Amino acid sequence: MTIGIEHYLVVGAILFVLGVLGIFLNRKNVIVILMAVELILLAVNINLVAFSAFKGDLVGQVFAMMVLTVAAAEAAIGLAILVIYFRGRGTIAVDDVNRMKG
Amino acid sequence: MIQALAFYLFAGVVIASAVMVIMSRNPVHSVLWLILAFFNAAGLMVLVGAEFIAMLLVIVYVGAVAVLFLFVVMMLDIDFAAMRAGFIKNFPLGIAIALVLLAELGLGIGAYGAGGVELGSADGAAAASATTSNIEAIGALLYGRYILLFEIAGIILLVAMIGAIVLTFQAPPPGSRAQQDIGKQISRRPEEATQMKNPEVGKGVEL
Repeated sequence: MTIGIEHYLVVGAILFVLGVLGIFLNRKNVIVILMAVELILLAVNINLVAFSAFKGDLVGQVFAMMVLTVAAAEAAIGLAILVIYFRGRGTIAVDDVNRMKG
Repeated sequence: MIQALAFYLFAGVVIASAVMVIMSRNPVHSVLWLILAFFNAAGLMVLVGAEFIAMLLVIVYVGAVAVLFLFVVMMLDIDFAAMRAGFIKNFPLGIAIALVLLAELGLGIGAYGAGGVELGSADGAAAASATTSNIEAIGALLYGRYILLFEIAGIILLVAMIGAIVLTFQAPPPGSRAQQDIGKQISRRPEEATQMKNPEVGKGVEL
């Protein structure tokens, strides 16, 4: 039994859906939302690497590295914003983030 | 056979730990499950021969991002029970949207499996070759044709670093001991900072 690209795509699709589901289920907890975003980006990376490997074109892996960079930067900035928000409000509930009435 | 076994092991653990990340009651457990998910995703990537990205995943995610999450989760004193209040309320909507997404993605993958769109291939420079190792080929690509991308990645990380420091830095109030006076530090001389004493035996030093 051989493992084809479809197997990888299915894993990526399931991970992506789980990330989206995590954002919906943990609407109040920003930390878990950030982790769900990391899961989504991981699914993207799996797809990029799978296509890169099965199509024999290494550019996909270069772009996967780029996605990894952006994910790391996003986590750092997101958590920094979270820390200063917690300092000011004493909570991280997303429902309370309505100061700007957006 | 062993490849299929390894694939199903890694894929199963990735998906199971992703479920645990979003279902776990305690965010600390969520972070630990996230680490497991990333490790197994790295295993998946090793299986297709992308060792460099796999190692990057372990170093960047497990070594940096997950530890960052862990620090923040443990630093913030949060009532996590109250955080889960909307869990049941949001469950039906979340499941519905997730099912729609999954159906769409399944459709896309099915269509791809049925034939797929014929894409033009990149020129031969980017093709993976059997003679060079994965990391060597990526290095040639990254430091050659995609050098701009590489440098932009560095700039992004620099911006993230400076942004995180600027956001979270709290300057100590003026006059406190934590306030650094650089001029005073630099103008300090050994003569005024140290004293030579020659205490007699059995007697202490008077400061």
